[in-house]
Amino acid sequence: MIKVENLSKRFGNQLVFENLNFQINDGDFISLVGPNGSGKTTLVKIIIGLEKSSSGTIKTSGQTIGYVPQFRNIDSDYPLSIEQFIRLNLKITLNPEKRRQNNDLINTILQRTGLTEIKDRPLGLVSGGEKQKAYLAQALLNDPKTLILDESTASLDVEVKNQLMDLVQELNHKYQLTVIFITHDYDLTKKYTKRALLFKNKTIEPIDVQKVSKDMFEMEG
Amino acid sequence: MFGYEFMREAFIASTFIAITAGLVGVFVVSRNMSFLSHTLSEIGFAGASFGILIGISPLVGMILFTLISSIAVGSLSTESSRREASISAISSLFIGLGILFLSLSSESSSYATNILFGSIVGISAKEVHQLMILAIFVILIFIIFYKPLSFDSFDHIGAQAAGLKTRLLSITFLVTLALSVSIGAQIVGSLLVFVLLTLPAATAKYIVHSVPKMIIVSVGLSLIGVWLGLYLAFITNWPVTFFISTFEVIAYFLGLSYKNWRLNH
Ligand SMILES: Nc1ncnc2c1ncn2[C@@H]1O[C@H](COP(=O)(O)OP(=O)(O)O)[C@@H](O)[C@H]1O
Ligand SMILES: [Mg+2]
Repeated sequence: MIKVENLSKRFGNQLVFENLNFQINDGDFISLVGPNGSGKTTLVKIIIGLEKSSSGTIKTSGQTIGYVPQFRNIDSDYPLSIEQFIRLNLKITLNPEKRRQNNDLINTILQRTGLTEIKDRPLGLVSGGEKQKAYLAQALLNDPKTLILDESTASLDVEVKNQLMDLVQELNHKYQLTVIFITHDYDLTKKYTKRALLFKNKTIEPIDVQKVSKDMFEMEG
Repeated sequence: MFGYEFMREAFIASTFIAITAGLVGVFVVSRNMSFLSHTLSEIGFAGASFGILIGISPLVGMILFTLISSIAVGSLSTESSRREASISAISSLFIGLGILFLSLSSESSSYATNILFGSIVGISAKEVHQLMILAIFVILIFIIFYKPLSFDSFDHIGAQAAGLKTRLLSITFLVTLALSVSIGAQIVGSLLVFVLLTLPAATAKYIVHSVPKMIIVSVGLSLIGVWLGLYLAFITNWPVTFFISTFEVIAYFLGLSYKNWRLNH
């Protein structure tokens, strides 16, 4: 569970948002929508502790949160294979038993994200959708109870978007993974998520996913 | 060639230098810091000249200068484009300073050539020990921080997202980079130290796809280059640095061709 109360954030004298109040329950599949610059990324950074709030509180039940950041700098020269990239997030161990467990874990995650076949390909050379799956797989390594996807579907083809979301939906159904999905895509919001929170007038309000419309994603004024 | 005391010392010293540079290089390349390592070696040149001017060892002067500047860089803004511009301004200043220090000191100009181009065969047993201790120190730091440093170097954003203390890792890395530049400059000279710190690792990046394998290939290429360089220099009397850089450049282009060939097959 994540409970946000009266949360506000300023950068210097720029107000990003104020008085956010909402709760995310275990097993939720929620989308966070709103125009560019409305503070979606800032909010999740505050939730995972990468950024400080200006005021307000966040209560969590202490669960691990997996975060797939919005921007990643992986160019075509990037040397590591998909599997080695995912492994970066493993804790080091010299204990042979733990090493075996780690290998099993990697194989399970590769399987779940559908990357087993291409695990040895250099990450720099695979498609955008495969890259996103690898980022997702890396974030799943710590066995998070909550997963935050920051515009992971942006810049993917429609078909690939749906593939990725099917995968996330499966994780939500099978393993009760709580999902917070930040997006600009109202089709995906309608199709996959159970609830939506809309950034509007520097605060946040719950909206019916079926009522999500295009104009909600555009800049105000 | 091992019949000569100075060749044995040179061999031991260069072995340690090659291992350190090959190892650190993998992280220099993955952190996109080739440019900074080049600048640090120029700052190292100023440090060595400063050492000579005030009468302390050039190695100590070099370590002093590179450490201070790498920590300064680490605490500057993380915005890389601005960093590059300010770094090159600073590096020009230090080259000028280095030349000034040398001309003010009473040492002959052969000292300058030694610092700039390396002087491996003139190395004493005491200096070999200093280099070994420094090299072992650097290697130990890498063993201790191997896992988080790999994460941060190969996926900085992911490491931040996973909650690693990336700032601390960055400073730790810069300190070891400063030490490696200072150690490496003893053999290939400060102008070419970045050859050992970047080329073997850049080559490794083209041919293998995991961090441990990159380290093995990079250290291997670095060792072969240095050993081959020493041997060829011994039989031809040409400069060691020439052979090392030629070997590493050839290996680099072979690596690049291999990668392109793989892409098309
Ligand atoms: N580190 C920062 N310093 C100053 N301003 C920032 C910083 N990060 C974000 N902002 C500003 O905060 C606002 C919200 O940004 P962001 O959370 O990235 O929006 P979104 O993810 O909804 O597009 C923007 O106006 C952005 O310029
Ligand atoms: Mg954003």
